[in-house]
Parts: sequence; C-alpha cells; structure tokens
Amino acid sequence: MSTNILLVSMTIAALWAVLSRSILKATIGLAITSAIVTILIFKLDSPLAGVFELSVCTGLITAVFVSAISLTRPLTHKETIERTKYRIRRYWILPAVLAAVAVLLYFVKLPIGLSLPAKAFARLDVRDVLWNMRQLDLFGQISILLAGVFGIVILFKEASKR
Amino acid sequence: MTPEAAWKIFSNYAYFIILLFICGLYCVVVTRNLMRTLIGLELMTKAVTLLLIVVGYITGRVALMQSLVITLIVIEVVVIAIAAGVVVSVFRNTDSIDSRNIRNLKG
Repeated sequence: MSTNILLVSMTIAALWAVLSRSILKATIGLAITSAIVTILIFKLDSPLAGVFELSVCTGLITAVFVSAISLTRPLTHKETIERTKYRIRRYWILPAVLAAVAVLLYFVKLPIGLSLPAKAFARLDVRDVLWNMRQLDLFGQISILLAGVFGIVILFKEASKR
Repeated sequence: MTPEAAWKIFSNYAYFIILLFICGLYCVVVTRNLMRTLIGLELMTKAVTLLLIVVGYITGRVALMQSLVITLIVIEVVVIAIAAGVVVSVFRNTDSIDSRNIRNLKG
C-alpha cells in the first residue's frame, strides 16, 4: 500500500516537473521525483544506490540546474504570455496520454512469463561486486569524472573581456 | 521468492516506471527549451534506474544491480553537468535557450 502511494506520488511529481510553467519549479519537481525514487530504492534493499541517488541526483544535479538557470536571463512579460500559450497548446495532451496508457496497461494483461534465474551463488556484498568484480567500471567512472571536470571548467568559464 | 510473487512486484513497479519514462520522453520531444530537455532526460534516467533496482531485487542480484546503478548515476551526473554547461554557452552566444535559435554552426 505504501509502495503504491509512493509510486503515484512519484508520477505526480514527474508530471508537475514537466507541466510546470516556471523552470525553477520544474527543477524542484525533478528533485522531489528523485527523493521519492530514493525512498523506493531503499525499500528495495539497495541502500548504497539510494544514498548515491539522494546525494547526487537530488542534491548535486538540482544545484547544477539552479546554477545554470541563474546564469540565464529571465523571460520578459511578453515572452511569458507567448510561452504560456505555446505550453498549453503543446502540453495539455500529456495527462491524457498518461491516463490512456495507464488504462491500457491495467486492462491489457501481457502474457509475459517470468522465469527467475537459479541462485547460483550466495548473496554478495555490493562492495565485493564494485571493487572486485566490476573494477573496470571504476576506471571508466574516474575517466568520465575527469572529462566532466575539465568540461565544466571550460564551459562555465566566462569569456575573457577584450 | 516465487515467480508469481516476483511478477506481481515487477508488474506493479513497471506500470509506474513506464508512466515516468513517458513523461520524460514527452518532455524531451515536445519542448524547445534546452533546460527542459535536460529535465526530460533526467526523468527517463530515473525510470531506468528504478527498473534496474527492481530487477535486481526480484532476481536476488541486488549487489550487482547496485554497482551498475552507481555507474549509471556517475555517468548521468557528468552528462547533465556538461549539457548544462553547453546550454549556458549557447545562451552566452545567442542570448536564448530556445532550440529554434541554434541555426548556425559558426564559432
């Protein structure tokens, strides 16, 4: 029951993030969606992934979005009116699409069977998997983080004044 | 866990994961605002993250899926940060984050 409440809240938060007129409120909606996903991840016995999701996706990415939004110009009154009309025209269909898909998924019972794999090995610890089995992933993560750091330094740097 | 119980859990989560993915996909396809494109991309990634965790839970491979999700989150944050930097650069050059204004390859 609580899981269903969380899943419905997650969908409503995502819908708010998409439909919100203000991009700052959309960012807050995204953060709320991430927080609810974190709770669901914790309920699914994955605390380490939950911690990463909460700290990185809910915290860091929201900060990145807010920083990027603060570096752009707010809309004028005329632009706001024009954008509102455009948004109503383009986005009114999304709740209808979601409702149609929800009804379709509810009534259409897909004949997909599920065969679970046999328990070939004992329950491993995530630290063993990360450091011993998936070592190359760590090299990839370090490389991509370095690339990200250099990219951010260059892209967010202000142009030098001539 | 029996296959029936696993299927019940999976179908319950998959139902809402599909809706979340559709929200993100719709946002990416319809919007002209570059920041909203990133928000849509984030929503799709959330759906995939949750799907991986659910699959790990029902198959008993929680540790493996957690490590994959950690890798996914690291890649996701770097992609979003770089993309936000690109949006800021586009804004500095064109004074707009409307995708219709990115029409030339000069510079």
